[in-house]
Amino acid sequence: MLDQTSLDTLKSELLAEVSAATDSRALDEARVSALGKKGRVTALMKGLGGLSPDERREAGQRLNLVKEAVAAAIEARKAELAEAELEARLARETVDVTLPARPFSVGRIHPISQTIEELVAIFGEMGFSVAEGPHIEDDFHNFDALNIPPEHPARQEHDTFFLPPRAEGEAPLVLRTHTSPVQIRTMQQVEPPLRIICPGRTFRADSDATHSPMFHQVEGLVIDKKTHMGHLKGTLIEFCRTFFGIDDLPVRFRPSYFPFTEPSAEVDIGCAREGGRLKIGAGGDWLEILGSGMVHPKVLQNCGIDPEVYQGYAFGMGIERIAMLKYGIPDLRTFFDSDLRWLRHYGFVPLEAPSVVRGL
Amino acid sequence: MKFTLSWLKDHLETDANLEAIVEKLSLIGLEVEGVEDPAAELAAFTVARVISAEQHPNADRLRVCQVETAAHGTVQVVCGAPNARSGMIGVFAPSGSWIPGTEMELKPGKIRGAESNGMLVSEREMGLSDEHSGIIDLSPAEGETAPALGTPLAEVLGLNDPVIEIAITPNRGDCLGVHGVARDLAAAGIGRLKPLNAPKVSGSYDSPLKWQIDSEAAGACPFVAGRHFRGLTNGPSPAWMQRRLTAIGLRPISALVDITNYVTHDLGRPLHVFDAAKVAGNPTMRFARRGEEIVALDGKTYALDDSMLVIDGGQAPEGIGGIMGGEASGCTEGTTEVFLEVALFDPISVAMTGRKLGIHSDARYRFERKLDPDSAVWGVEVASRLIAELCGGEASHPVSAGKRPDPRRHIALRQTRCETLGGLAVPSEQQKEILEALGCDVADAGETLQVTTPTWRPDLEGEACLVEEVLRIVGYDRLPITPLELDTTLPLPALSQRQRRVAAARTALAWRGLEEAVTFSFISAKQAVLFGWNDAQLRLLNPISSELDVMRPSVLPALVEAAVRNSDRGFPDVGLFEVGPQYDDDTPEGQTLVAAGLRSGQALARHWATEQRDLDAFDAKADALAVLEAAGAPVENLQTTPNAPGWYHPGRSGQLRLGPNVLAAFGELHPRVLKAFDLKGPAVAFELFLERIPEPKRKDGGKARPALTLSPFHPVERDFAFLVAEDVPAEKLLRAAKGADRQLISGAQIFDVYRGQGVPDGQKSIALAVTLQPTERTLTDDDLEAAAKKIVTAVEKQTGGSLRS
Repeated sequence: MLDQTSLDTLKSELLAEVSAATDSRALDEARVSALGKKGRVTALMKGLGGLSPDERREAGQRLNLVKEAVAAAIEARKAELAEAELEARLARETVDVTLPARPFSVGRIHPISQTIEELVAIFGEMGFSVAEGPHIEDDFHNFDALNIPPEHPARQEHDTFFLPPRAEGEAPLVLRTHTSPVQIRTMQQVEPPLRIICPGRTFRADSDATHSPMFHQVEGLVIDKKTHMGHLKGTLIEFCRTFFGIDDLPVRFRPSYFPFTEPSAEVDIGCAREGGRLKIGAGGDWLEILGSGMVHPKVLQNCGIDPEVYQGYAFGMGIERIAMLKYGIPDLRTFFDSDLRWLRHYGFVPLEAPSVVRGL
Repeated sequence: MKFTLSWLKDHLETDANLEAIVEKLSLIGLEVEGVEDPAAELAAFTVARVISAEQHPNADRLRVCQVETAAHGTVQVVCGAPNARSGMIGVFAPSGSWIPGTEMELKPGKIRGAESNGMLVSEREMGLSDEHSGIIDLSPAEGETAPALGTPLAEVLGLNDPVIEIAITPNRGDCLGVHGVARDLAAAGIGRLKPLNAPKVSGSYDSPLKWQIDSEAAGACPFVAGRHFRGLTNGPSPAWMQRRLTAIGLRPISALVDITNYVTHDLGRPLHVFDAAKVAGNPTMRFARRGEEIVALDGKTYALDDSMLVIDGGQAPEGIGGIMGGEASGCTEGTTEVFLEVALFDPISVAMTGRKLGIHSDARYRFERKLDPDSAVWGVEVASRLIAELCGGEASHPVSAGKRPDPRRHIALRQTRCETLGGLAVPSEQQKEILEALGCDVADAGETLQVTTPTWRPDLEGEACLVEEVLRIVGYDRLPITPLELDTTLPLPALSQRQRRVAAARTALAWRGLEEAVTFSFISAKQAVLFGWNDAQLRLLNPISSELDVMRPSVLPALVEAAVRNSDRGFPDVGLFEVGPQYDDDTPEGQTLVAAGLRSGQALARHWATEQRDLDAFDAKADALAVLEAAGAPVENLQTTPNAPGWYHPGRSGQLRLGPNVLAAFGELHPRVLKAFDLKGPAVAFELFLERIPEPKRKDGGKARPALTLSPFHPVERDFAFLVAEDVPAEKLLRAAKGADRQLISGAQIFDVYRGQGVPDGQKSIALAVTLQPTERTLTDDDLEAAAKKIVTAVEKQTGGSLRS
């Protein structure tokens, strides 16, 4: 039985069994029948004991070769089967990857918030910090301190909302008609030098296609001993060009009048009007976007700042207005309608805070 | 303020063209709002002659005309106008021209088989009037000559005078007359200002009427002048005056009325003329008596009070001072004698009266913006000259009452101030020139210029005003562009910690899938009441509508209403948030910054891989916690209590707090609220008070985090289930478990809440997974046993529950 011919036969029989195994169970049966305790190779191993040492060594070596060959075949077949099984499993596990993923939606940031963040980013680079103040104001902070006495024609133009006075005989409270009272409060509380912007809600009793009873403004204020109108021009030209992202945006300063500044200037940016569409940039036409000027000495005085020592500039603009211009939003009133379709269309993904170095 | 180019040139000698003038106006602060050139629209239409007009072979009412034109030769035109006839002079519109009256382009064509290459036009087709019974007929009357062929229609009609409209800022009352505008332009180098045409008109008799000012009224009317005229003829005013008035939108009425309107706009000097025959006695400036009424020139009756200045005609008020004359003493075609009023009224008094009566008139507009007191003197002469020219007759000696105020100021202008305030050094000689051109008297006093302002510029109050005058005339474009330098190399932070929280809250909520809304700060009282409003101090005195009359006590009502609006539009699944104010009282401290959110409709969009579920309080709780975490609140230490405000479902809402400090409320909205707003539920919401979040405590004041100790030993998780009474809050159980061994227990999660079989009535089973994190050695079975025992003991003791076996 241990002669070469018999062993060759045995070997080929066993290898055939192994290769015939089509699953792991059959393979295991083949292993048991060959190498198990009662397996054919094992049985022959046991039979080696009855041989002479020389025969035993020789037969043993031959038998071992068979055993190794069978064991190797089993291992190889095992791997093959595992691979096949894996293939089969993977085939079973196939899904329709064209199905939609589980929903996850990110909401949008309102254009007003985004625009304010952009303003903060730009003016922040120029050393301004953000100041805020109450919406319900008194007459002093909203008007008197800003050199708008009760009889001033500018008061009529403000379409002020009134609230009952705090005490009988006092002037009624107002909803701030501009963010300028924040400047007053800041000047009253903080020693110059000052460099602030004040973004926030403002209110005027006016409602039509181009007016909303609530809207947003941002104002800026610089107070120190040396800031002059050239700085005002430098700041606002830089702002306009950065905000709109147009390096050669024409910016024009026109004399104007505000009770709280002297000299005063309105600021226009270049635009083109073609076929009813407005395009910001060099285009031969002008669009007013800003009011500005050197802070009126009386305003400084009203805030306890000596106008003989300190001076500076202030400016203000409508946030919705510049957002409409930059982002092509046609209608002011839609800002406050909370229409989901509008919010998703004009809103901003909250991916990164606006920043000048990253681009606005 | 409107005027025409030729009108401006009455006051300004200049070669500058329209474009240069318009640009300069804006650059010196007289902002041009529009330029209308009627001639431009009518440029294509020219005078033509009808050579022949023959009956159209195929149409009874049409004629085939041969028209001789200057630019197009002889043209055949089919015309339906009854007055078209051979030899007439008309106005020709060539093919291709835009017809303003019909708003169509004229095309060549065949009309009933006859070629027609243009049109003879009517006034209506030219947009000039409604006249359409025939074509424009310019045929000369006998003895006159026809306009030359090819003459533009605009020239024939005297419409070749562009109309300029400028916006006048409230400080520039002096530019509410063409003369003032011309002065500014002259100062800016556009030509030379012509002197005021106000020669003294001598009187030939004593005025039968004398001005009187009631002593109490002297403040409201410090001075008035006038004179009497007789033998007048009040016909139509001359064509040139009518054309100008029409061009600026005024309707010519009669010579006397037109003169007052003309001087108002020409010189910014409102006038009034009384029909002297209708005035009973000496006209007196006095305050009205309560209960008095007047029918004004606009035909309306106004009730007067004792703060309003009137002109008493001897028996009754004949005019409201500075605002409008009375109808009874107004001039008519039959007027032959008048009494002229050239007054100075107090701007504030006029403004208040005008506001109370709701009258907007050209006179009020000018008096409110302050008049040149000297105009009360030269105004009389100008009016007298025009009345003499237009109406004939004779004038009395002038009369007046009161004292003219002197608004001139003496201001020292440091010669360096243009540079230190404006950034531009202007030679003192040039400063002087500019200020003098504007009417100031300037004396050079070395370091300063001593400036006396003119009577017509009460707005020049101080040095800064003079700097503005110099700089605006020099041109703001000449000011330097100076960068604003930083005091530091890099900018300091622009936002405070508190302000950064707002952005953090916003970002967190957007990432939770909510859209950011911005809504009004005011809501209706009806809605406000549902959200706890009861403070009458927060109700607007003059809301634009009753829907927007109370300062909102909560951000939520506006969001609920937005949800309803979206639902009504067919989008019922709503997730909105707003970071904005609520108003607890009318003080600055009463304004609270809130991050609020609302979800309504389906919790999750229908999807093949997700199970449907309803929105519940925990969606809102998660939103609130996301904000708190983003804003840096100590989320681990928060307690949840069930006592949310009344607009939440009482059994499905709660508050998140740190001891007594309530940071947020959340839950399902109360069904009552949903019903009031007509919103289909469920809807869940939260309100989070950003300013109440404590500033993070940092021991070293820096941003360093505490040291991180990482244990090399595996954490072990053990599950427990406790039976507790129904009213024991889960948070209490969790807290007890976590607190059982603070060294070892690193976390605990509730993974099941069960009621039903195996759990006694009135109790619930809460299962939690506790994580044990050893730091010194791997836990033995004994360690685990001991820890479990501690946990069970602590929970049982603090909740009255028992371990479920």
